[in-house]
This record gives sequence, C-alpha cells and structure tokens, in this order.
Amino acid sequence: MSKRYFSNLPAGSRRRPQSEERANEQANVMTKSPSPTSLSIVLTGSGGAGVMTAGQTLLDAATSCGFYGLMTRSTGPQIRGGEAAAMIRLSSKPVQSPGDRFDILLALDFENVQRFAAELPLDSASLIIADPAAGEMPGFLKDSGAAIGLVPMAKLAKGVAGGRISMIALGILARLIGLPEAAIIAAVAASIGRKKPEALAASEKAVLVGAEAAPDVAVPKLAPPSAPRQGRWSITGNEATGFGALKGGVKFVGGYPITPATEILEWMAHALPQCGGVLMQAEDELASINMIIGASYGGAPSLTATAGPGLSLMIESLGLAVASEIPLVVVDVMRSGPSTGIATKSEQSDLNIAVYGLHGDAPHVVTAPLSVADCLLTAQWSVHLAESLQTPVIMLSDQSLGQARVVIDRPDDVVFPTKRLVLEGPVEGYERYVPTESGVSPMAVPGFPGGQYTADGLTHNARGTPSSQAKDHVGQLDKRQRKLDAFDFGEHWAEIDGEGELAVLTWGSSSEPLREAVAEARAGGIKVKLIALRLIAPTQPARLTAALEGVKRVLVVEQSHAGQFWRYLRAHYDLPDDVVPIHCPGPLPIRPGEAFAHIQKGARA
Amino acid sequence: MTNAPQPVEPPKFNSVAEFFAQALAIEVEAAERYTLLADQMEVHNNKEIAAIFRKMASIEGEHRDEIARRAGNALVAGRSATFSWTGPDGPEATDFDQLHYLMTPRQALRLARFNEERAVKYFEAVAEAATDPAIAAFAGEMAEDERNHVVWVDEWLAKFASDDPNWDHDPDPPVHSE
Amino acid sequence: MNMIPSAEKAFKPADYKSSVKPVWCPGCGDHSVLLAFQRAMAELALPPEQVAVVSGIGCSSRIPAYTNCYGFHGVHGRALALASGLKVARPDLTVVVASGDGDGFSIGGNHFLHACRRNIDLTYVVMDNRIYGMTKGQPSPTTEPDWDTAIAPGGTGLSPFHPLVIALASGANFIARGFSGDIGGCAKLIVEAVRTPGFSFVQILSPCVTFREDQQKGWKSLVHAAIVPETDDPARAARRLMTDDGFNVGVLYRGKRQPYQPKPLADFAPSHLETEFAI
Repeated sequence: MSKRYFSNLPAGSRRRPQSEERANEQANVMTKSPSPTSLSIVLTGSGGAGVMTAGQTLLDAATSCGFYGLMTRSTGPQIRGGEAAAMIRLSSKPVQSPGDRFDILLALDFENVQRFAAELPLDSASLIIADPAAGEMPGFLKDSGAAIGLVPMAKLAKGVAGGRISMIALGILARLIGLPEAAIIAAVAASIGRKKPEALAASEKAVLVGAEAAPDVAVPKLAPPSAPRQGRWSITGNEATGFGALKGGVKFVGGYPITPATEILEWMAHALPQCGGVLMQAEDELASINMIIGASYGGAPSLTATAGPGLSLMIESLGLAVASEIPLVVVDVMRSGPSTGIATKSEQSDLNIAVYGLHGDAPHVVTAPLSVADCLLTAQWSVHLAESLQTPVIMLSDQSLGQARVVIDRPDDVVFPTKRLVLEGPVEGYERYVPTESGVSPMAVPGFPGGQYTADGLTHNARGTPSSQAKDHVGQLDKRQRKLDAFDFGEHWAEIDGEGELAVLTWGSSSEPLREAVAEARAGGIKVKLIALRLIAPTQPARLTAALEGVKRVLVVEQSHAGQFWRYLRAHYDLPDDVVPIHCPGPLPIRPGEAFAHIQKGARA
Repeated sequence: MTNAPQPVEPPKFNSVAEFFAQALAIEVEAAERYTLLADQMEVHNNKEIAAIFRKMASIEGEHRDEIARRAGNALVAGRSATFSWTGPDGPEATDFDQLHYLMTPRQALRLARFNEERAVKYFEAVAEAATDPAIAAFAGEMAEDERNHVVWVDEWLAKFASDDPNWDHDPDPPVHSE
Repeated sequence: MNMIPSAEKAFKPADYKSSVKPVWCPGCGDHSVLLAFQRAMAELALPPEQVAVVSGIGCSSRIPAYTNCYGFHGVHGRALALASGLKVARPDLTVVVASGDGDGFSIGGNHFLHACRRNIDLTYVVMDNRIYGMTKGQPSPTTEPDWDTAIAPGGTGLSPFHPLVIALASGANFIARGFSGDIGGCAKLIVEAVRTPGFSFVQILSPCVTFREDQQKGWKSLVHAAIVPETDDPARAARRLMTDDGFNVGVLYRGKRQPYQPKPLADFAPSHLETEFAI
C-alpha cells in the first residue's frame, strides 16, 4: 500500500481505497458522508498525555488547509490525568454530525480506553496506530478487525529533548492523511508559540520525527475543499449560544456553573462587558433565575445557562416569570438524565420538564437549536421571542452541540426586529397587565415616572393588584395564552426540506445526523421529507399539518428513552396513522448510518 | 391597653410661625394616622371602629384647618413644618400596636382620649416654657382646644356600656393566604 | 419631632404610599415599618419611581404593593437574588429588599449569606417577628427554642440564629437593629442604611399581634438603645454582637467595604467579538 498526499491530487479527483469498499460490503452501513469524503480520526490517551490539545491542533491544522471538521471529546471522571478521547471528523464540506465509524484510532496508551469502547466504532477498514510499549491491546480493539500499525511513540518522544508523545502522534497522523507537517507546526505555534518558544521547538522536532515514523498504509483521503463563499468560523455550540445571545441584545447574565453549560457563562463573562453588559456568578440556580428576573424587570434583556439539574431548581421561579410576564431566556444544555445522570454526555430528555415542568397552567416558549451553528440563530431568536412576548424562553441545547467544535462557513447575519413593549406614553390609568388583543401589554421600566407597579406571582388583575376573583384569574390566563397563540413565529419554527410520502420528524440536535442520513437516502433514490422542529412550544398545529401534507409514514427520531418528543407530538398534533417512533437515550450519539438504516426500512412498503 | 399619659418634652420655638408650623404638623399627622387606623379596621370588617377613627380623622382635620386659619400669615408659606421624619411621633399619633381587629368602641375611644390628653399636656408644657407671650397665648388656646376634645370624647365614651369580658373571642381560627 | 422647620423637602411620606390598604392585622408591627419606610424615603427625597421594593413571601413581603414605588413580590426566599440582579442591571435605582425572618433566614438563608458577601448596594429590611405568621404559626430560625407550636410541640429545641452575627461574618457593610414601636427611629436607620454604600442590613423587631402577642408585647420595655456607639471594627462588632441580648437598637456596625457593582468595560456591537471565531 502506498502513501498518498493531498497536494498531489488534481482538483475534484477521488480514489476509493480498497479498504473502504470492503467495509461497505461487510457492514452495509454508510461509510461516506453526503460530502464526497470525510475522515474520522480519534486520539486516545491518558495521564496528561495531551490528547485533547492534540485533537484541537489537528483540527486547526486541517482547517488552515481549507478543510472543515467537527471535534467532540470524551473523558473519564478525573479532573486531570484521566483517560481521554478526542474525536475529529474532517471533511471537504461543512459537517456538524459525527460520522458512523472511525477511519483511524491512534492510541497513545491503553489505560481505561475500554471506557470509550461503545463510542469508537471501528471495523476492518479502520486503522489502529498503537505503541508496542503500551502493552496488551484491549479486546474491543483487537476484535474490531482493524489493521494495526505499531509505532514506538513513547520511545520516539524520549528521543527528542522536551518532546511529547502527542506531538509524535500528530506527526504520524499528518503523514497518514496527507496534511503537511508545516500545518501542524503552525497550529502548535499559534496556541503556544509565543509563550513557550522552547516547547515549540521541541514540538516541531517531535512532529517531524513522528511523520517519518508513520506506517506505510493506505488511508482514505479527502477531496480538496471547495472555496468558501465567505469567511469561516471555528466555534463550539456553547460559544455560538453566547454569541447569539449577545447579538440578540442580552445585557445581563446571572449564572451558576454546571456541566456542560459552564462555557456559555465563561464566554459571556468576557464578552458581555465589552458590549455594555455584565455577568454575575450566582450562589446557586435558585439565585441565577431570580437575578435574571430582577435584571429583566429593570429593563435589561437577561439570560442564564444551565443543565437539567439546574433547570429543575429554576422551575418555581420560571413560573414567577410567566405569571409576572418577565422576559428571559434559560439555556438548558441537556445532558443524560435523570438526576445527576452523565454530565458529560448528551440526551434529549429534558423536553418534558421544559414544556410541562411549571406548576399551574403556565404557557411559555421552548426552542431548540438544530446544530452547533444553529445555536447562534436559535439563541438570538430566543432572546427576540422572550422580549417580544414578555415571557420565559427555555432553549434546549445539549452536550453534543454545546461542547462540540465545528468549522463552518460564516453564517449570514440575521436581524430580528426585537423590541420590548415598554410604557412610553401617558400614565393616567396605566394597567400593567391590561388584556390587550395581542395579549402583550406595555411594561413600565423602573425609573419611568408614573408607571409604578408591583410585579407579582400572585394572581392579579389588570392593574397588577393581587386578586382571587375568577374573572381576573381567567382573564390573565387567557391573556398569557393569547399572547402566544396570536404571535407569528415565522419561518424559523422548523427546517423543512424535501418531499415524499415518507417523512422524518425530529428536533434539536438529532437534526444533523438525520440531515446527513436523508441526503444519503435521497442520493440512493429514496424520496424523504425532513422536518426538524426548532420551536417546541407553543405548538404549531396548522403548520405541521401543512408540512405533513401528502406524507403517509412518519419516522419520529429522538434521543430519549421514553420517547418524550413522540408522546408530545401525539398529545398535541395530528399525525398520519403510520408513525414509527425511533427513540433511544444517550450516552451514544445518533449516527447518520443508523438513521439511514431506519429510513431505508421506512421506505419499504 | 393604654398607659398613663407620658409627658412630652416641650420644645423651644424661635417664632410664632414655627409654633404654628409645628402645631399644624401635629394635627396633620394625627389626621393621617387616624385614617390609616380606620383603613385597617375597615379591611378587617370592624365597621364600627372604622367609623370612630374616621370621625377622629375628620375632627383632627378640622382642627388642622382651624390652626391654619388662626395662624394666617404667621404660617410660613401656609405649610406645616417639614420636620425631620426620623424623630419620634407627635403627641396625638396613636401607636399602631395599640390596635386589635376586634377592639371595642370603648377601647378605640380610650385611645383617642389618651391622644387628646397627651396633646393637652404637650401644649400646656409649651405654654409654660414659652418666653414669647404670643406663643404662650396660642399654646394656651391649643391646650384649651384639646381639653374640649377630651370632654367631647368622654361624652362619646359614656354612650357605650362596659366591654364584654370576652370581647376578643373569635370562634374562627386564623387563615393563611399564601 | 425636630422642631425646626428644615429646608423644604421635595416629597412627603404620603407620596410613597399607594392606595392599596394593607391587610396586616391591626396591631402588627409591619404597619409601623411601612410608615418608617415612607418617612425614610421622604427624608432622602428620592423620587418614588427611582425606588424599587423587592420582597419574597410572607406577611412582611406584602409591603411593595403598599408603596408607590416600583415593586416586585417574588417567590419565597429569593428576594435578595432578584434584587441583586435588578441593582446590578440598574445601578441608578435605589433598591430596598423587604423580607421576614422565615423568608429571609430559612429558605432565603443561602441568598442572605451571599448577599452579605457580595456587598451589592442594597438595603435589606427584615421584619423579624420570630414566627411564620402567614402560615399560621410555625417556628422560624429566630424563634426561641422552647416556644410550643403544632409543628414542633414543646419547642424546636434549636438555638435561634444570630442574623446580625451572620451578616457580619458574611461581609455586610452596615448592620443595624430597630424596633417597630419607634417609627422615627426605624426611619432613621433606613435612611442611614440607604445612605451607606454596600449591603445594609436592618433587622426590625416587629411583633406579631396574632400569634405572638403574649411573648412580644413586652418587647417595648426590652428594647434599648445600644450602650456603645457603632463601630467600624469587625472584631469589636463581632464581640458585641455575639454577646448581644437581641434588643440593642441602633446602628451596630458600619464598615468600609466597597460595594460590588460590576460594570461594562465597553459598548461595542456584538460583531466586535466575531474575530474570536474567524479563521
């Protein structure tokens, strides 16, 4: 088998190596993404070997060569020195979903790597690079049938003064996939160069040593990337959420750290003060939600970010925000539940609490971003909805979006005509909660003379005075329901794509793997429609009915053990008789291949 | 419920205008206080006592107007003293803690009488301590007014029989609302 | 009463009262606290629309609707958090937080610690009647250990909190105690509390006439002006407060901590941040 280099390829050419075809026959799963090729690489190691940094460097290097990619990570529970896996998918077109399998696994060592076994699908077309000094290869790796290349990485690293095993590994990978070593070195320089010039020199040497030591095996190569329409970004879902919130006009964040949402708070802590806002760390989530209620009452668009356990704590005060009609956004970066669950793994099982969790009849808005990049638009839109409707919006992101890094084309700017309806005119007879036709009533901002009112969780009349009268209770319930019913949520409520008698109906982070699967299905001649909901609540029955026109069979796909989304649809929407619920919980990601298999099955009579 | 009237420290006035401003402030406060008490009793459905306090508020209001008339030009810009709000209450203001939602007319009127007696003592003390004869004279008139009020309250009191020993018995238990 | 007519004040106490009639029992100390608040605001000459009163749940927490200021009657125990967010977002407002001993020290305990620690410029008035009044009479964290209730027959047996000591230990910059029987005195404390930057804690002993009359009608003879003047030395304050009989009134501690008020650094448009992601 011979080496191949990207730089030698004429534009647009593709060669499918032998190994890929074998894998196709054996596994009968998707081996290539809708983009002509993608390549999935995983680096594993432990004890501070630098797997995460190396993974990031690989992505950065590939990015600098014009490629797109996605990176996710898995770790053991240790704070430091634990076992780690960095999963990188490289592609010549933007990808936002993990692939179906790994082409290369490079193990710096084997410590506790079986923890990741279920997340590392390998087959006979894969290549495992390992260090003979690492000891016995774990069974799941041996049993995969993958080709094995042994390189004495630890020894090679010791041979370079200050050399690190992770740099050796990067050299090997660069050579295998045809990335110029210079790109790796430039990426390392960008992250540490100025701070540690000796470390940079050592890394440079180690990369070159590794490259020379790369085994001589054929590895699928990526088609050259197409020229981007505009600039590109490297961004995580949590960063995109923060940036979207900022663009939406958020000026105050009160938050409490929780995995996997903390990065949102940390990003906003440095970004928000540059844009006229402030962030305050709260003592707990009970404080976070109340701080943002207070700040929003004071006129500042406000947001917090949390995960399932934190959202549970916030539930009571979310009801307060509904009842007192205070705009705010709570981002829930969902993780596997229930209770403490698996903090570092994704799931879509907070739908129920987000929609139904509040006591009383407390209608509010629930949104869900459809991809890492979509976190920006959805966060910005969520702020717009909160401010326009004077109500809480719960945005259901999740760990698979929040902590994944993608390289994408710069998204188009979107502008929402966001304007909170505030009291500006005559104050004579001002009633904060007057039941208007739209359901939205002007909000007096503290400081405005004559607009004084007391916001209250107690049931109140139009003036805001507590009332136990039936007509006031019903009147205010009607008002708060009406303001959601009467609002035009516009085209962003869902992404709808394609035509066919078969439809795939999904939401949130399940959308991207479904998108890839759908594209593959269509490439194979299957007509299938994709409907991905970005707006979970309030429901949009007329719109979904229109979207399902002509559809005879619906596959409902989600990452929840109990099928929360499916049951929600059944409760609130008209669906065709033929509904196939496809739901499984985390912690494993939904892969395009599995989804494709469901679609194939669904397409058969 | 009520204690013996405590003496109120007589203040020093530099002018008749100051005296009238203070006297006016006392009546303004008294009237406002009786209104608040009446509101409390009304909210607690003790209409009889609410009416008594409203009447007292009206009496004090009339006294306030009378003082304003008597003061005439002596009152600085027609205003009561804008004194510091952080000092003690005036002699005619009822302590909030003297109320009970089931209080009887006799108890309410005894509170009023107590206020009037304190006012008498106050103005007597001002009259005694005044070096300005005009102030002494006006203070003396005020004291006389308040004595008349005491008599008037006594007449009103006399209309009521003595209180039932179980005046504060309420068969309903307390209810909570939140 | 101060006998010398002072400079014309822009506002009268009545300007701070709404038309809503309080539902507190006649005889409740909270009526006095409301009037003290009004007087304090008049003394400070703050326009009513520039003041926000934030409360939790309980009898004392009903106070915002009785004022003519902006108000927020939030959920049980979280008033300090809500007020913190409001003040940080709107430092131009004067934010007064009102609570009771249950709302403030039990469910609100954690937020109390952190509000003292943060030292945001707030004034926190706790109307302490050593009982959960609204729910008909359960012991609160400041209730005596032997006070018999249905929920804790024979008494809880638990020593009550020292909220002033906790406030001092947690970093509150101003600590005072008042008694509702002295309206002018409470007004004075509230004025001082508002004027002192940072977290100002005022515990106002405010008897519950319905559930604790027998025990608390004697409070007026027990309260006394603090024998020693206020101190700015936390160690001295700690000794005094630890040996305090619970009835010393006045300003007991006034420190020098700077208030916490995060400020924006700049006012760029969000697109300014895009360079972080651009490749």
